[in-house]
Amino acid sequence: MKKLLTNKIFKNNLITYGIVIIAFVVISIIKGTGNLSSLFTGLLVPLCAYIILAVSLNLVVGISGELSLGHAGFMCVGAFSSALFSKCVVGTMPDGLRFLLALIIGSVLAGIIGVLIGIPVLRLKGDYLAIVTLAFGEIIKNIINVIYIGRDSKGFHFSMTSEMDLNLEAGGETLINGAQGITGTPKDSSFLIGFILVMITLFIVLNLINSRDGRAIMAIRDNRIAAESIGINITKYKLLAFTVSSVLAGAAGVLYSHNLNNLQATSKNFGYNMSIMFLVFVVLGGIGNIRGSIIAAVLLTLLPELLRGLNAYRMLIYAIVLIAIMLFNWAPGALAFREKYSIKNWLSKKTGKEEM
Amino acid sequence: MALLEAKNLSISFGGLRAVDEFNISIEKGQLYGLIGPNGAGKTTVFNLLTGVYKPTEGIVTLNGIDITAKKTIDLNKAGIARTFQNIRLFKDLSVLDNVKAALHNHYVYSTFDGIFRTPKFRKCEKAMNERAMELLKVFDLDEKADILASNLPYGKQRKLEIARALATEPKILLLDEPAAGMNPNETLELMETIRFIRDKFDMTILLIEHDMKLVSGICEELTVLNFGRILTKGKTSEVLNNPEVIKAYLGDE
Repeated sequence: MKKLLTNKIFKNNLITYGIVIIAFVVISIIKGTGNLSSLFTGLLVPLCAYIILAVSLNLVVGISGELSLGHAGFMCVGAFSSALFSKCVVGTMPDGLRFLLALIIGSVLAGIIGVLIGIPVLRLKGDYLAIVTLAFGEIIKNIINVIYIGRDSKGFHFSMTSEMDLNLEAGGETLINGAQGITGTPKDSSFLIGFILVMITLFIVLNLINSRDGRAIMAIRDNRIAAESIGINITKYKLLAFTVSSVLAGAAGVLYSHNLNNLQATSKNFGYNMSIMFLVFVVLGGIGNIRGSIIAAVLLTLLPELLRGLNAYRMLIYAIVLIAIMLFNWAPGALAFREKYSIKNWLSKKTGKEEM
Repeated sequence: MALLEAKNLSISFGGLRAVDEFNISIEKGQLYGLIGPNGAGKTTVFNLLTGVYKPTEGIVTLNGIDITAKKTIDLNKAGIARTFQNIRLFKDLSVLDNVKAALHNHYVYSTFDGIFRTPKFRKCEKAMNERAMELLKVFDLDEKADILASNLPYGKQRKLEIARALATEPKILLLDEPAAGMNPNETLELMETIRFIRDKFDMTILLIEHDMKLVSGICEELTVLNFGRILTKGKTSEVLNNPEVIKAYLGDE
């Protein structure tokens, strides 16, 4: 009996890894033969970043059961800290090592911010957490918009007012230029790196869920009082889920920023509507369902592009598709229909075997 | 020396003295009952003993060690486990995982071990599975290990909650109205189970109950609460025939 259960989880995880690997191989082949339009080629790296964000947000929303609306904020921290690092050290070390260090700096910094935000906020429940994280995301974005950092022979210069205020020497270089952000980040990201990061994210999240820590996190989600009564440390495990999630969001930010020549913190890429979009990925894919998050992230990122031909009707169709998926996933009638006519049932009837 | 002892335990909510000078002394291996009419303060006493509320006055000792006003999680580590009046299972976890979650502090490996599936992880998980299945077998739940806890029938959910509490290897088990919502047959089965736990695990049990049949059937000693005060205490048969107790339950003629 118990062997069956662990096997089932193992099989499920394998399918998830398999889908990602197959998708990567297929897209690589299409790309290699030159059949992928430049539009889609450009979307590949952001797509990987969105998948990582969706999966990591699912760890907080689905597994830990807390509503976080500041996920883009953690991505923002990872993106800017790593881009700044890469720009500072460009030319002093090999590209691979530079990106690896940038990745570590971006994710660790996002993780530290996650702990700092999490310690006070995770004592709150439900809506309060959502409000605080929402505010946090906006604050990060707005702070980055007024930071000016420059470098010349005397060292680094900081300012919160304007580029002129940095008082750089003639040969000085502006690293972060307020609302204009960071220009000239080395383009270290690639689809392959994105794929590897997605696989690492899946490995961490899936293994975490199916371990002692994951059980504790889900026990707290299901019943806080009971979890406490069997000796589970509530704050510790909520913080663990939140921190791992922000570390991964930071990594996604690193991937995202090293794909852009010009990185700016606008509401379009790091604002709260992005956080909401990640939440939509999670909810549509199924709360707590990691594979669903991946599929939803891919579909909903590609859909607006696929519908580009429809011009003005694009967002209308997009909205209708959202509603349709939601109904298909969650409406009781649709659930019963799927149960009745699922492929699994059909197959087991064919072979005359009872599915368990 | 008594295993669990409370002296002059009192708590006030604003001006209301919900529990007043509560004393109890439970010996190891005893099956002790706490009864009283609705609103007498039974569950409040439970919450005082399990760290949900902090007492205004009085002390609680477990094995002679002062455990007054400790946190729930520390009390569990000290050896107090409980079940709840309204069942509180981890409903989206499997039956097996409900018990494994309760083994949390007994089979420890780090987050790193968990993510990288080290040999320590495998060894620990294997031991956890075995221990959890052993417990489930005792409660006749091993066949259902795979299904979600919320899909169990009511009586089995009660049993799973007890199994989960036992998994934390407590010194004393506190059962809050275990027979609530059960039919006479289920209650009878529950009586058997409770007696069986006491004998098999050599467990000390304190239970709150409304069902007089259950109380008179299994409890050796009783304490009767009324309006937050102890009305009487003693051997079950004596207490249940006490006119004061009958009056408290049925009112004046």
